[in-house]
Amino acid sequence: MIQSKQVKRTNAIIYVVLTIVAMVVLYPLFFILINSFKGKFFISRDPFSIPSGETFVGVDNYINGLTKTGLLSAIGWSFFITIVSVALLILFTGMTAYYLARIKNKWTNGLYYMFVFSMIVPFQMVMFTMSSLADTFHLKNPIGMCILYLGFGAGLSVFMFAGFVKSVPIEIEEAAMIDGCNPLQTFFKVVFPIMKPTAITVAILNAMWIWNDFLLPYLVIGISTRYKTIPVVVQMLVGSNGNKDLGALMAMLVLSIIPIIIFYLTCQKYIIEGVVAGAVKG
Amino acid sequence: MEKTLKKYFLIFTLPTLIAFSFAFIIPFIQGIYLSFCEFTTVKNAEFVGLANYKLAFSEGQGFLYSLGFTTLFTLISVVSINLLAFTLALFLTRKMKGTNVYRTIFFMPNLIGGIVLGYTWQQMINAILYQFETTLVADAKYGFWGLIILMNWQMIGYMMIIYIAGLQNVPTELIEAAKIDGATSWQTLLKVKLPMVMSSVTICVFLTLSNSFKLFDQNKALTNGAPMNKTRMLALNIYDTFYGKTGYEGVGQAKAVIFFLIVAVIALGQLSLTRRREVEH
Repeated sequence: MIQSKQVKRTNAIIYVVLTIVAMVVLYPLFFILINSFKGKFFISRDPFSIPSGETFVGVDNYINGLTKTGLLSAIGWSFFITIVSVALLILFTGMTAYYLARIKNKWTNGLYYMFVFSMIVPFQMVMFTMSSLADTFHLKNPIGMCILYLGFGAGLSVFMFAGFVKSVPIEIEEAAMIDGCNPLQTFFKVVFPIMKPTAITVAILNAMWIWNDFLLPYLVIGISTRYKTIPVVVQMLVGSNGNKDLGALMAMLVLSIIPIIIFYLTCQKYIIEGVVAGAVKG
Repeated sequence: MEKTLKKYFLIFTLPTLIAFSFAFIIPFIQGIYLSFCEFTTVKNAEFVGLANYKLAFSEGQGFLYSLGFTTLFTLISVVSINLLAFTLALFLTRKMKGTNVYRTIFFMPNLIGGIVLGYTWQQMINAILYQFETTLVADAKYGFWGLIILMNWQMIGYMMIIYIAGLQNVPTELIEAAKIDGATSWQTLLKVKLPMVMSSVTICVFLTLSNSFKLFDQNKALTNGAPMNKTRMLALNIYDTFYGKTGYEGVGQAKAVIFFLIVAVIALGQLSLTRRREVEH
C-alpha cells in the first residue's frame, strides 16, 4: 500500500495548491468588498486592512455612490436590455435558423454563411458606421439597443440553433404538417420545445455578453441619457472626474458584481454546460 | 413540407434580417468603403484611395507599436493561460473530494465584465504598487504585466472547464491499460491524455488567442494606454483614432479593416486545423 500513501500525499499537496489558487482568485473581490466600507482617505493609505474603528464608515460609500451615479437605474436598464434582447434572440434567431436549416438553396446557404461570417468580424470594424446608422434610424434608446443586440447576437445564435435543427429528424415535423399544422404551428408546437437545451445555451452565452458589454451601449446610448447600463456608469464614475472618490468606486464595483454572482450561483450548472457547448461549437 | 414552409420565408426570417442588416451587413459594407474615404460623418465621405492605409502605418499613429504590444501580450497570455488551466484541470479530474467548490470559484471571474474587473484590478494593483511608492501608470511594464495577470485571472477558469470536459471524455480503460503496461503518470499524461484532448487544446488556444488579440474593455479600464500610449492595444488604438480627434475617422476605419483581416486569418487558421483533425479521425 505504498502507492496509496503516496497518492494521499500528492492529493494533500494538490489541495494546498488549489486552496492557494482559490484565495488568489477570490482576493480581488474581497479587496473591493473590504475597501467599500472604508473612508475614502483610508483606502489609499491603508488598503489591505479590514475596516475597523475610524476607518469603518458603514454604508456611506454605497449611499454616496448611488446618489452620485444613478447605478440603481443602470442596474434596471441592464436587466431590461439583457432580458428583452435575449428573448428576441431566442425567438427570432430560432425561427431563422430553423428556416435556413430546412430550406436548402443558394440563398439560404448564402445567408447562413453571412451569419457565420459575422462571428469573426471584430466590433471595431463596424462601430463607427453602426452608431451613425443607429442615429439615423433613432435606435439610440433601450428598444433600439435590443434590436442591435438581436443583430449582433444573430451570428452565434443562428449558428448554434441551425446546428441543432440539422440533427432533428424531419419526420416529426412532416407528421405535424399532415395533422394540419401550418409551418408556424409546427415550429412552435413541435420544434421549439425540442430546441430547449440549445435555447438555454444560447440564452446564457448572450446574457453574459450583453450584461457585460461596454462599447456598444457607450457609443449608441452614450453618457448623457438616462438609459446608461452598468458598465457605462462604472466607466463614467472613473473616467469623468479627476479627483476620484475611491470609496464610492469600490462600493459601485461591489454592487455591479453582486447580480452576476447571484446569477452564477443559482444557474451554475446551466452556465458551465452552456459555456462549454458554446466554446466547442463556436 | 418544403413547399409550404418556403412561403413563410419573410415570417421566419424578416425580424432577424432587419436587425442583422442594421447591426452588421450595412455597417460592414459601409465600413469597407469608408476606409478608402476621408470623412467626419458617414455623409460627407470623399474618396481618397489608399491614403488612409498609408497614414495608418505612419509613425505618429503608433499602430505598429500597438500591433507589437498586442502580439507580445497575446503570446504570453495564450501560453500562460493554457498551461495553468490545463494543470488545474488535471488536478480537478483526480476524483478527489470537494473539487466542485474549486471549480465554482475558479470559473467565477469569467462572468465579470471587462470594465468592472479592469477597475477592480486597477485599484488592487495600485494599492500594491503604492507600497513601493509608484503607480500602475508610472511604467509601461506594470501595465503590461497587469494586463497579463488580469487576463489570466479572467480566462483560466473558462479554459479549465473546457479542459475538464475533454479530460473526462478520455476512456478510463485507456489510462488503466497504460498503467498496467507500466507507464508512469508523467508518461500517461503525455502519451495518452494529451493526445486524446488535442481538440480541446485547439479550441482553448484559439479562444485565448482571439480574446487576447481583440481585448478592449480591460485595456481601457486598467491603463487606458497610459503612460504615453505605451500600453495601448490594437482595439484601443483604433478607438482612439476614431474618437480622439476629428479628421482621423478614415484612418481609424482603415486600421479597423486591417484589424479585421488579422482576426479573420486567425479564425481561418483555426478552421483549417479543426477540419484537418476531423479528417484524420
